[in-house]
Amino acid sequence: MKDPYETLGLTKTATDREIRSAFKKLTRKFHPDLHPGDKAAEERFKEITVAHDLLGDAEQRRRFDAGEIDAAGQETPRQQYYRDFADGPAYSSYAAQEGFSNPDDLEEFLSQAFGASGGFRARRGAADFKARGQDVSYTMPVSFLDAANGATRTITLPDGKTLRVTIPEGAEDQRTLRLKGQGGPGYGGGPAGDAFVELRVEPHAFFRRKDDDIHVEVPVTLREAVLGARIEAPTLTGPVSVTVPKGSNTGKVLRLRDKGVRNARTGARGHQFITLKVMLPTGDEPELAAFLEGWTPRDTRNPRKEMLP
Amino acid sequence: MTRAEDLLASITVLTRADLEVWLREELVTATPEGETLVFSEMECARVRLICSLRYELDVETETLPVVMSLLDQLYETRARLLSLTAAVTRLGPDARTRVLAALGETARHEAET
Repeated sequence: MKDPYETLGLTKTATDREIRSAFKKLTRKFHPDLHPGDKAAEERFKEITVAHDLLGDAEQRRRFDAGEIDAAGQETPRQQYYRDFADGPAYSSYAAQEGFSNPDDLEEFLSQAFGASGGFRARRGAADFKARGQDVSYTMPVSFLDAANGATRTITLPDGKTLRVTIPEGAEDQRTLRLKGQGGPGYGGGPAGDAFVELRVEPHAFFRRKDDDIHVEVPVTLREAVLGARIEAPTLTGPVSVTVPKGSNTGKVLRLRDKGVRNARTGARGHQFITLKVMLPTGDEPELAAFLEGWTPRDTRNPRKEMLP
Repeated sequence: MTRAEDLLASITVLTRADLEVWLREELVTATPEGETLVFSEMECARVRLICSLRYELDVETETLPVVMSLLDQLYETRARLLSLTAAVTRLGPDARTRVLAALGETARHEAET
Protein backbone atom coordinates (compact mmCIF):
# COMPACT_ATOMS: atom_id res chain seq x y z
CA MET A 1 0.00 0.00 0.00
CA LYS A 2 1.35 3.36 -0.95
CA ASP A 3 1.86 6.03 1.62
CA PRO A 4 -1.43 7.99 1.73
CA TYR A 5 0.37 11.31 1.97
CA GLU A 6 2.31 10.46 -1.15
CA THR A 7 -0.88 9.38 -2.93
CA LEU A 8 -2.36 12.79 -2.30
CA GLY A 9 0.93 14.52 -3.15
CA LEU A 10 1.35 15.81 0.40
CA THR A 11 3.72 15.49 3.35
CA LYS A 12 3.00 14.62 6.96
CA THR A 13 2.79 18.29 7.86
CA ALA A 14 -0.22 18.89 5.63
CA THR A 15 -3.14 20.68 7.21
CA ASP A 16 -6.71 19.37 7.01
CA ARG A 17 -7.41 22.07 4.54
CA GLU A 18 -4.54 20.96 2.32
CA ILE A 19 -5.72 17.37 2.50
CA ARG A 20 -9.20 18.35 1.47
CA SER A 21 -7.93 20.56 -1.30
CA ALA A 22 -5.60 17.87 -2.67
CA PHE A 23 -8.40 15.31 -2.57
CA LYS A 24 -10.69 17.65 -4.43
CA LYS A 25 -8.11 18.31 -7.10
CA LEU A 26 -7.35 14.64 -7.61
CA THR A 27 -11.03 13.72 -7.65
CA ARG A 28 -11.53 16.19 -10.43
CA LYS A 29 -8.66 14.60 -12.28
CA PHE A 30 -9.35 10.93 -11.70
CA HIS A 31 -13.01 10.37 -10.88
CA PRO A 32 -13.85 7.54 -13.29
CA ASP A 33 -17.25 8.94 -14.19
CA LEU A 34 -15.67 12.21 -15.22
CA HIS A 35 -13.08 10.38 -17.34
CA PRO A 36 -14.89 7.56 -19.08
CA GLY A 37 -12.07 7.09 -21.54
CA ASP A 38 -9.35 6.70 -18.94
CA LYS A 39 -9.01 3.06 -17.95
CA ALA A 40 -6.40 3.79 -15.28
CA ALA A 41 -8.55 6.39 -13.56
CA GLU A 42 -10.46 3.85 -11.52
CA GLU A 43 -7.43 2.26 -9.87
CA ARG A 44 -5.91 5.63 -9.22
CA PHE A 45 -9.13 7.04 -7.81
CA LYS A 46 -9.46 4.09 -5.47
CA GLU A 47 -6.04 4.85 -3.99
CA ILE A 48 -6.97 8.48 -3.65
CA THR A 49 -10.21 7.63 -1.89
CA VAL A 50 -8.53 5.21 0.50
CA ALA A 51 -5.87 7.81 1.28
CA HIS A 52 -8.48 10.45 1.88
CA ASP A 53 -10.65 8.19 4.02
CA LEU A 54 -7.65 7.72 6.24
CA LEU A 55 -6.24 11.23 6.34
CA GLY A 56 -9.54 13.06 6.11
CA ASP A 57 -10.65 11.61 9.41
CA ALA A 58 -8.79 13.31 12.28
CA GLU A 59 -8.81 10.29 14.58
CA GLN A 60 -7.74 7.84 11.90
CA ARG A 61 -5.00 10.18 10.81
CA ARG A 62 -3.71 10.53 14.36
CA ARG A 63 -3.58 6.76 14.75
CA PHE A 64 -1.85 6.33 11.40
CA ASP A 65 0.70 9.02 12.23
CA ALA A 66 1.29 7.32 15.59
CA GLY A 67 1.90 4.04 13.84
CA GLU A 68 -1.11 2.39 15.45
CA ILE A 69 -2.66 1.44 12.10
CA ASP A 70 -1.16 1.01 8.67
CA ALA A 71 -2.22 2.46 5.37
CA ALA A 72 -4.13 -0.57 4.18
CA GLY A 73 -7.71 0.57 4.24
CA GLN A 74 -10.51 -1.84 4.62
CA GLU A 75 -11.03 -3.74 1.43
CA THR A 76 -14.39 -2.55 0.23
CA PRO A 77 -16.28 -4.19 -2.63
CA ARG A 78 -15.59 -2.52 -5.89
CA GLN A 79 -17.88 0.42 -6.38
CA GLN A 80 -19.98 0.44 -9.49
CA TYR A 81 -19.46 3.68 -11.27
CA TYR A 82 -21.96 5.41 -13.43
CA ARG A 83 -19.69 4.96 -16.41
CA ASP A 84 -20.05 1.19 -16.01
CA PHE A 85 -23.65 1.68 -17.09
CA ALA A 86 -23.61 4.71 -19.30
CA ASP A 87 -20.50 3.63 -21.14
CA GLY A 88 -21.15 -0.03 -20.89
CA PRO A 89 -23.13 -3.06 -21.96
CA ALA A 90 -26.42 -1.30 -22.61
CA TYR A 91 -24.85 0.54 -25.48
CA SER A 92 -22.25 -1.91 -26.52
CA SER A 93 -24.22 -5.17 -26.54
CA TYR A 94 -24.69 -4.72 -30.24
CA ALA A 95 -21.08 -3.74 -30.68
CA ALA A 96 -19.96 -6.83 -28.77
CA GLN A 97 -21.29 -9.12 -31.45
CA GLU A 98 -19.29 -7.27 -34.01
CA GLY A 99 -15.96 -7.51 -32.31
CA PHE A 100 -16.00 -4.41 -30.15
CA SER A 101 -16.63 -5.92 -26.78
CA ASN A 102 -16.21 -2.86 -24.59
CA PRO A 103 -15.18 0.76 -24.41
CA ASP A 104 -11.50 -0.28 -24.21
CA ASP A 105 -11.69 -1.24 -27.83
CA LEU A 106 -13.20 2.11 -28.57
CA GLU A 107 -10.27 3.79 -26.84
CA GLU A 108 -7.83 1.69 -28.78
CA PHE A 109 -9.53 2.54 -32.03
CA LEU A 110 -9.62 6.22 -31.17
CA SER A 111 -5.99 6.34 -30.13
CA GLN A 112 -5.05 4.64 -33.37
CA ALA A 113 -7.07 7.24 -35.18
CA PHE A 114 -6.13 10.34 -33.26
CA GLY A 115 -2.89 9.47 -31.52
CA ALA A 116 -2.37 9.15 -27.78
CA SER A 117 -5.20 10.50 -25.76
CA GLY A 118 -4.59 13.79 -24.12
CA GLY A 119 -7.86 15.46 -24.69
CA PHE A 120 -8.91 18.03 -27.16
CA ARG A 121 -7.12 20.88 -25.43
CA ALA A 122 -3.88 18.97 -25.16
CA ARG A 123 -3.95 18.10 -28.84
CA ARG A 124 -4.59 21.63 -29.84
CA GLY A 125 -1.95 23.02 -27.56
CA ALA A 126 0.66 20.54 -28.67
CA ALA A 127 0.35 21.26 -32.35
CA ASP A 128 3.60 22.31 -33.90
CA PHE A 129 3.28 25.42 -35.96
CA LYS A 130 2.20 23.79 -39.11
CA ALA A 131 -1.11 24.94 -40.37
CA ARG A 132 -3.48 24.27 -43.17
CA GLY A 133 -4.18 27.25 -45.37
CA GLN A 134 -7.41 29.18 -45.15
CA ASP A 135 -10.47 28.15 -47.06
CA VAL A 136 -11.66 30.79 -49.46
CA SER A 137 -15.10 31.35 -50.96
CA TYR A 138 -16.06 32.84 -54.27
CA THR A 139 -19.28 33.27 -56.16
CA MET A 140 -19.29 32.70 -59.87
CA PRO A 141 -21.98 33.70 -62.36
CA VAL A 142 -22.86 30.86 -64.71
CA SER A 143 -25.01 31.04 -67.81
CA PHE A 144 -28.20 29.02 -67.81
CA LEU A 145 -26.98 26.72 -70.56
CA ASP A 146 -23.55 26.13 -68.98
CA ALA A 147 -25.28 25.08 -65.78
CA ALA A 148 -27.72 22.81 -67.60
CA ASN A 149 -25.24 21.18 -69.95
CA GLY A 150 -22.09 21.38 -67.86
CA ALA A 151 -18.97 23.32 -68.85
CA THR A 152 -15.46 24.19 -67.84
CA ARG A 153 -14.85 27.84 -67.10
CA THR A 154 -11.95 29.82 -65.73
CA ILE A 155 -12.22 32.48 -63.09
CA THR A 156 -9.56 35.02 -62.31
CA LEU A 157 -8.98 35.64 -58.65
CA PRO A 158 -8.17 39.04 -57.12
CA ASP A 159 -4.50 37.99 -56.84
CA GLY A 160 -4.33 37.29 -60.56
CA LYS A 161 -4.36 33.53 -60.12
CA THR A 162 -6.76 31.67 -62.34
CA LEU A 163 -8.92 28.80 -61.30
CA ARG A 164 -10.45 26.27 -63.62
CA VAL A 165 -13.91 25.35 -62.51
CA THR A 166 -15.72 22.36 -63.88
CA ILE A 167 -19.42 23.06 -63.75
CA PRO A 168 -21.22 19.75 -63.47
CA GLU A 169 -24.07 19.01 -65.82
CA GLY A 170 -27.37 20.00 -64.24
CA ALA A 171 -25.79 22.29 -61.61
CA GLU A 172 -28.42 24.20 -59.68
CA ASP A 173 -28.33 27.80 -58.62
CA GLN A 174 -26.33 28.27 -55.39
CA ARG A 175 -24.57 24.91 -55.77
CA THR A 176 -21.20 25.18 -54.05
CA LEU A 177 -18.25 23.39 -55.57
CA ARG A 178 -15.23 22.48 -53.48
CA LEU A 179 -11.86 22.77 -55.15
CA LYS A 180 -9.49 20.89 -52.94
CA GLY A 181 -6.20 22.62 -52.22
CA GLN A 182 -7.11 25.73 -54.21
CA GLY A 183 -7.53 27.96 -51.15
CA GLY A 184 -4.92 29.88 -49.22
CA PRO A 185 -1.41 28.36 -48.96
CA GLY A 186 -0.51 26.32 -45.89
CA TYR A 187 1.97 27.42 -43.24
CA GLY A 188 5.07 25.52 -42.25
CA GLY A 189 4.50 22.79 -44.78
CA GLY A 190 0.82 22.44 -44.03
CA PRO A 191 -1.55 21.74 -46.89
CA ALA A 192 -3.36 24.51 -48.76
CA GLY A 193 -6.95 25.30 -47.88
CA ASP A 194 -9.86 24.64 -50.18
CA ALA A 195 -11.68 27.01 -52.47
CA PHE A 196 -15.45 26.99 -52.35
CA VAL A 197 -17.14 28.34 -55.45
CA GLU A 198 -20.82 29.12 -55.25
CA LEU A 199 -22.54 29.09 -58.61
CA ARG A 200 -25.06 31.79 -59.46
CA VAL A 201 -27.05 30.56 -62.41
CA GLU A 202 -28.29 33.40 -64.57
CA PRO A 203 -31.82 33.34 -65.93
CA HIS A 204 -32.30 32.45 -69.59
CA ALA A 205 -34.18 34.55 -72.13
CA PHE A 206 -36.81 31.86 -72.72
CA PHE A 207 -35.92 28.64 -70.94
CA ARG A 208 -37.14 28.15 -67.39
CA ARG A 209 -35.98 25.29 -65.26
CA LYS A 210 -38.08 23.42 -62.75
CA ASP A 211 -36.14 20.61 -61.11
CA ASP A 212 -34.95 18.51 -64.04
CA ASP A 213 -37.59 19.79 -66.44
CA ILE A 214 -37.31 22.67 -68.85
CA HIS A 215 -40.28 24.86 -69.66
CA VAL A 216 -40.41 27.11 -72.69
CA GLU A 217 -43.13 29.13 -74.39
CA VAL A 218 -43.01 28.78 -78.19
CA PRO A 219 -44.96 31.11 -80.47
CA VAL A 220 -46.74 29.58 -83.48
CA THR A 221 -48.50 31.33 -86.35
CA LEU A 222 -52.24 31.24 -86.77
CA ARG A 223 -51.84 28.99 -89.79
CA GLU A 224 -49.53 26.55 -87.95
CA ALA A 225 -51.98 26.46 -85.06
CA VAL A 226 -55.06 25.84 -87.17
CA LEU A 227 -53.64 23.56 -89.82
CA GLY A 228 -50.89 21.86 -87.83
CA ALA A 229 -47.23 21.97 -88.79
CA ARG A 230 -43.73 20.74 -88.19
CA ILE A 231 -41.77 23.51 -86.57
CA GLU A 232 -38.26 23.94 -85.21
CA ALA A 233 -38.21 24.45 -81.45
CA PRO A 234 -35.23 25.28 -79.25
CA THR A 235 -33.92 22.79 -76.69
CA LEU A 236 -30.90 22.87 -74.36
CA THR A 237 -28.86 21.06 -76.97
CA GLY A 238 -30.06 22.90 -80.08
CA PRO A 239 -33.17 23.06 -82.25
CA VAL A 240 -35.30 19.99 -82.81
CA SER A 241 -38.25 19.35 -85.10
CA VAL A 242 -41.60 19.29 -83.32
CA THR A 243 -45.06 18.46 -84.64
CA VAL A 244 -47.73 21.00 -83.80
CA PRO A 245 -51.05 19.13 -84.02
CA LYS A 246 -53.87 20.53 -86.06
CA GLY A 247 -56.05 22.93 -84.07
CA SER A 248 -53.50 23.69 -81.34
CA ASN A 249 -54.59 26.56 -79.16
CA THR A 250 -52.53 28.93 -77.05
CA GLY A 251 -51.62 27.14 -73.83
CA LYS A 252 -51.36 23.69 -75.40
CA VAL A 253 -48.40 21.83 -73.88
CA LEU A 254 -46.18 19.51 -75.90
CA ARG A 255 -43.73 17.27 -74.12
CA LEU A 256 -40.30 16.43 -75.49
CA ARG A 257 -39.12 13.34 -73.69
CA ASP A 258 -35.65 13.36 -72.18
CA LYS A 259 -34.88 16.86 -73.41
CA GLY A 260 -34.61 18.27 -69.89
CA VAL A 261 -31.63 18.41 -67.56
CA ARG A 262 -29.70 15.29 -66.63
CA ASN A 263 -30.11 14.44 -62.98
CA ALA A 264 -26.66 13.93 -61.47
CA ARG A 265 -27.95 11.36 -59.03
CA THR A 266 -30.10 9.17 -61.26
CA GLY A 267 -28.44 9.92 -64.59
CA ALA A 268 -31.90 10.28 -66.13
CA ARG A 269 -32.89 13.36 -68.04
CA GLY A 270 -35.95 15.44 -67.30
CA HIS A 271 -38.33 16.49 -70.05
CA GLN A 272 -38.91 19.69 -71.94
CA PHE A 273 -42.40 21.14 -71.93
CA ILE A 274 -43.36 23.46 -74.74
CA THR A 275 -46.32 25.75 -74.20
CA LEU A 276 -47.67 27.01 -77.50
CA LYS A 277 -48.65 30.62 -77.98
CA VAL A 278 -50.70 31.46 -81.05
CA MET A 279 -49.59 34.68 -82.72
CA LEU A 280 -51.74 36.69 -85.05
CA PRO A 281 -49.92 38.17 -88.01
CA THR A 282 -48.75 41.69 -87.36
CA GLY A 283 -49.86 44.34 -89.85
CA ASP A 284 -52.93 44.36 -92.08
CA GLU A 285 -54.27 41.06 -93.43
CA PRO A 286 -57.32 42.18 -95.51
CA GLU A 287 -57.95 38.68 -96.85
CA LEU A 288 -58.06 37.22 -93.39
CA ALA A 289 -60.36 40.00 -92.27
CA ALA A 290 -62.64 39.46 -95.25
CA PHE A 291 -62.75 35.74 -94.59
CA LEU A 292 -63.68 36.25 -90.97
CA GLU A 293 -66.43 38.72 -91.97
CA GLY A 294 -68.16 35.98 -93.90
CA TRP A 295 -67.30 33.14 -91.54
CA THR A 296 -69.72 31.51 -89.11
CA PRO A 297 -67.78 29.31 -86.71
CA ARG A 298 -69.33 25.93 -85.79
CA ASP A 299 -68.37 26.53 -82.23
CA THR A 300 -70.67 29.36 -81.19
CA ARG A 301 -69.85 29.31 -77.45
CA ASN A 302 -68.80 32.55 -75.81
CA PRO A 303 -65.25 31.90 -74.50
CA ARG A 304 -65.77 34.46 -71.73
CA LYS A 305 -68.99 32.90 -70.57
CA GLU A 306 -67.57 31.65 -67.28
CA MET A 307 -66.10 35.02 -66.43
CA LEU A 308 -69.34 36.94 -66.72
CA PRO A 309 -72.42 37.01 -64.52
CA MET B 1 -33.21 -2.26 -7.19
CA THR B 2 -32.48 -0.24 -4.06
CA ARG B 3 -35.00 1.48 -1.83
CA ALA B 4 -34.51 5.17 -1.08
CA GLU B 5 -33.98 4.43 2.63
CA ASP B 6 -31.25 1.90 1.90
CA LEU B 7 -29.56 4.24 -0.54
CA LEU B 8 -29.59 7.05 2.03
CA ALA B 9 -28.20 4.67 4.64
CA SER B 10 -25.38 3.50 2.36
CA ILE B 11 -24.23 6.99 1.48
CA THR B 12 -23.80 8.74 4.80
CA VAL B 13 -23.22 12.20 3.39
CA LEU B 14 -26.40 12.13 1.34
CA THR B 15 -29.39 13.90 2.84
CA ARG B 16 -32.99 13.12 1.98
CA ALA B 17 -33.60 16.79 1.19
CA ASP B 18 -30.85 16.81 -1.44
CA LEU B 19 -32.03 13.57 -2.97
CA GLU B 20 -35.51 15.02 -3.26
CA VAL B 21 -34.16 18.11 -5.00
CA TRP B 22 -32.26 15.95 -7.49
CA LEU B 23 -35.35 13.86 -8.16
CA ARG B 24 -37.42 16.99 -8.65
CA GLU B 25 -34.87 18.36 -11.09
CA GLU B 26 -34.77 14.98 -12.84
CA LEU B 27 -31.06 14.56 -12.32
CA VAL B 28 -31.93 11.06 -11.13
CA THR B 29 -35.07 9.00 -11.59
CA ALA B 30 -36.75 6.47 -9.35
CA THR B 31 -39.86 4.35 -9.52
CA PRO B 32 -42.55 4.54 -6.81
CA GLU B 33 -43.10 1.29 -4.96
CA GLY B 34 -45.67 1.35 -2.22
CA GLU B 35 -44.73 4.07 0.22
CA THR B 36 -41.21 4.49 -1.03
CA LEU B 37 -39.11 4.94 -4.14
CA VAL B 38 -36.75 2.42 -5.67
CA PHE B 39 -33.60 3.11 -7.66
CA SER B 40 -32.08 0.91 -10.33
CA GLU B 41 -28.39 0.04 -10.02
CA MET B 42 -27.64 2.57 -12.73
CA GLU B 43 -29.53 5.30 -10.91
CA CYS B 44 -27.71 4.40 -7.67
CA ALA B 45 -24.41 4.85 -9.47
CA ARG B 46 -25.68 8.14 -10.77
CA VAL B 47 -26.62 9.25 -7.27
CA ARG B 48 -23.09 8.37 -6.08
CA LEU B 49 -21.64 10.40 -8.94
CA ILE B 50 -23.79 13.40 -8.06
CA CYS B 51 -22.74 12.99 -4.41
CA SER B 52 -19.10 13.19 -5.48
CA LEU B 53 -19.79 16.28 -7.49
CA ARG B 54 -21.83 17.94 -4.78
CA TYR B 55 -20.00 16.98 -1.58
CA GLU B 56 -16.45 16.29 -2.72
CA LEU B 57 -16.04 18.71 -5.58
CA ASP B 58 -18.37 21.32 -4.06
CA VAL B 59 -20.37 21.80 -7.22
CA GLU B 60 -23.21 24.15 -6.35
CA THR B 61 -26.74 22.77 -6.43
CA GLU B 62 -27.66 25.23 -9.17
CA THR B 63 -24.69 24.15 -11.26
CA LEU B 64 -25.33 20.40 -10.94
CA PRO B 65 -27.84 20.26 -13.81
CA VAL B 66 -25.31 21.91 -16.12
CA VAL B 67 -22.59 19.45 -15.18
CA MET B 68 -24.90 16.45 -15.50
CA SER B 69 -26.23 17.63 -18.83
CA LEU B 70 -22.68 17.93 -20.15
CA LEU B 71 -21.80 14.49 -18.79
CA ASP B 72 -24.91 12.99 -20.36
CA GLN B 73 -23.91 14.48 -23.67
CA LEU B 74 -20.41 13.08 -23.26
CA TYR B 75 -21.73 9.57 -22.63
CA GLU B 76 -24.19 9.79 -25.47
CA THR B 77 -21.45 10.88 -27.82
CA ARG B 78 -19.26 8.01 -26.65
CA ALA B 79 -22.10 5.57 -27.22
CA ARG B 80 -22.44 6.84 -30.75
CA LEU B 81 -18.70 6.58 -31.31
CA LEU B 82 -18.82 3.05 -30.04
CA SER B 83 -21.57 2.17 -32.52
CA LEU B 84 -19.61 3.86 -35.26
CA THR B 85 -16.43 1.94 -34.53
CA ALA B 86 -18.43 -1.27 -34.34
CA ALA B 87 -19.94 -0.53 -37.73
CA VAL B 88 -16.50 0.18 -39.17
CA THR B 89 -15.18 -3.08 -37.76
CA ARG B 90 -18.09 -4.93 -39.27
CA LEU B 91 -17.00 -3.69 -42.69
CA GLY B 92 -13.76 -5.62 -42.31
CA PRO B 93 -10.08 -4.90 -41.66
CA ASP B 94 -9.59 -3.17 -44.99
CA ALA B 95 -12.35 -0.65 -44.31
CA ARG B 96 -11.02 -0.19 -40.77
CA THR B 97 -7.56 0.63 -42.10
CA ARG B 98 -8.97 3.07 -44.62
CA VAL B 99 -11.15 4.81 -42.04
CA LEU B 100 -8.18 5.06 -39.68
CA ALA B 101 -6.09 6.61 -42.40
CA ALA B 102 -8.80 9.09 -43.31
CA LEU B 103 -9.42 9.92 -39.66
CA GLY B 104 -5.73 10.42 -39.06
CA GLU B 105 -5.61 12.83 -41.93
CA THR B 106 -8.64 14.74 -40.65
CA ALA B 107 -7.29 14.84 -37.10
CA ARG B 108 -4.02 16.26 -38.36
CA HIS B 109 -5.85 18.98 -40.23
CA GLU B 110 -7.85 19.85 -37.14
CA ALA B 111 -4.79 19.95 -34.94
CA GLU B 112 -3.14 22.29 -37.40
CA THR B 113 -6.02 24.71 -37.70
